[in-house]
Amino acid sequence: MHELKAESPVVLTQPAPTLGRAIVVTSGKGGVGKTTTTANLGTALAQRGAKVALIDADVGLRNLDILLGLENRVRYHLLDVLEERVTLDDALVTDKHSPTLFLLAAAQSREKDEVDMEKMRAVVAELRTKFDYVLIDSPAGIERGFQNAVIGAKEAIVVCTPEVSAVRDVDRVVGLLGSAFRPQLIVNRLRPLLVRKGKMLSVDDVNAILRLPLLGVIADEPEIIVSTNRGEPLALRSEGATANAYRAIAARLAGDDVAAPMVEAKESLFGRLGSFFGGRR
Amino acid sequence: MIEFLKRMFGQSGSSSTAKERLRLVLMSDHLSLAPELVEQLKIDLVEVISRYVEVDRTKIEVSFEQQDSALAMLANIPILAVNRPKVEAAAPAAASLPAAHASVAGDDPNAPASAALPRRKRRKKPASKAVTVT
Ligand SMILES: Nc1ncnc2c1ncn2[C@@H]1O[C@H](COP(=O)(O)OP(=O)(O)OP(=O)(O)O)[C@@H](O)[C@H]1O
Ligand SMILES: [Mg+2]
Repeated sequence: MHELKAESPVVLTQPAPTLGRAIVVTSGKGGVGKTTTTANLGTALAQRGAKVALIDADVGLRNLDILLGLENRVRYHLLDVLEERVTLDDALVTDKHSPTLFLLAAAQSREKDEVDMEKMRAVVAELRTKFDYVLIDSPAGIERGFQNAVIGAKEAIVVCTPEVSAVRDVDRVVGLLGSAFRPQLIVNRLRPLLVRKGKMLSVDDVNAILRLPLLGVIADEPEIIVSTNRGEPLALRSEGATANAYRAIAARLAGDDVAAPMVEAKESLFGRLGSFFGGRR
Repeated sequence: MIEFLKRMFGQSGSSSTAKERLRLVLMSDHLSLAPELVEQLKIDLVEVISRYVEVDRTKIEVSFEQQDSALAMLANIPILAVNRPKVEAAAPAAASLPAAHASVAGDDPNAPASAALPRRKRRKKPASKAVTVT
């Protein structure tokens, strides 16, 4: 644990002048990309120079460490901190790639209802004194695990895929959160060609229902699997539409005046043929 | 030709189906998540209907049901008595009822209609009849 401390002397000893922002990343429905979003946004924010702590609140199903490639560095987890076996500084793992990014891993062999919610709130509050951003990766569902993830948060990012079930669940989660969390939307896994063919809900379709401020849209991106395999979030790449989209979302989150990244279809042969004929009629 | 091509390449689209299903499912979700709203609706419904007929307030059932492309409200309201008669036998019920009501606006909805229409005796029906609104 002393090596871990030694890796992060500056960040952990200087309190941020103002309290950092505690943002829960949630969705209701499982598997829509909460963890992927948390890892990439955390990376993109840290690459901008912000001090970022990521909390894996999916107790019992730890994932965030894998996405960040930190699984071998995790010694202590959230419950060790909540139950005061170790300090926060002991348990926070420094990211491999971004020196201002830290992870507080979930306990893999414990249950969600073992989390003391008041202690959880206190830990998030403590992290807010040391970091600019505290991103909390929520588990799926709206029960205890979700509540644990939400309790210390002040804002919410909701991740939604363009599917009926996902939109319905986000709608429910937004209702539960209420306006106090000022939820903002990320539409994930959009497939623009399918949207154009009328086979997938568009971002407008989704947000006609949810009516949330749109942070941005992330494509269904085959490279995500590669980045997960390697434990290197896509946001680390210097180019590529998806990496740029994560950067743009991070910039918007930070308050920069940039447009929400969208995902446009690359013109296909048939699409061009169609508009060619269509244009002449 | 272009229509054929478009159909071939899937422009018919299931996303409109998705949109429609989502719209309907969210309406029922929101209703089921707002029981106070449905309670208030019941109260208001009874208040309005009671201007015309006497209903059994203890046996009112309001439910919502998805029917093909619409969400329907089903209200089952047992009628105990008809407060006042239709003004014109020929007119459709919906049109004549407000007309009958106009003359007694402001009355206690449960008061006998005799105050406004003195020559008519309030008829009490022994068995209750149900009104279904969709
Ligand atoms: N934009 C994307 N393009 C392609 N695949 C994606 C994208 N986002 C997420 N995925 C994939 O979807 C799967 C689920 O992602 P992830 O684990 O981030 O979801 P989750 O919401 O955290 O799930 P859970 O509810 O189980 O915690 C993973 O296999 C991930 O690689
Ligand atoms: Mg997850």
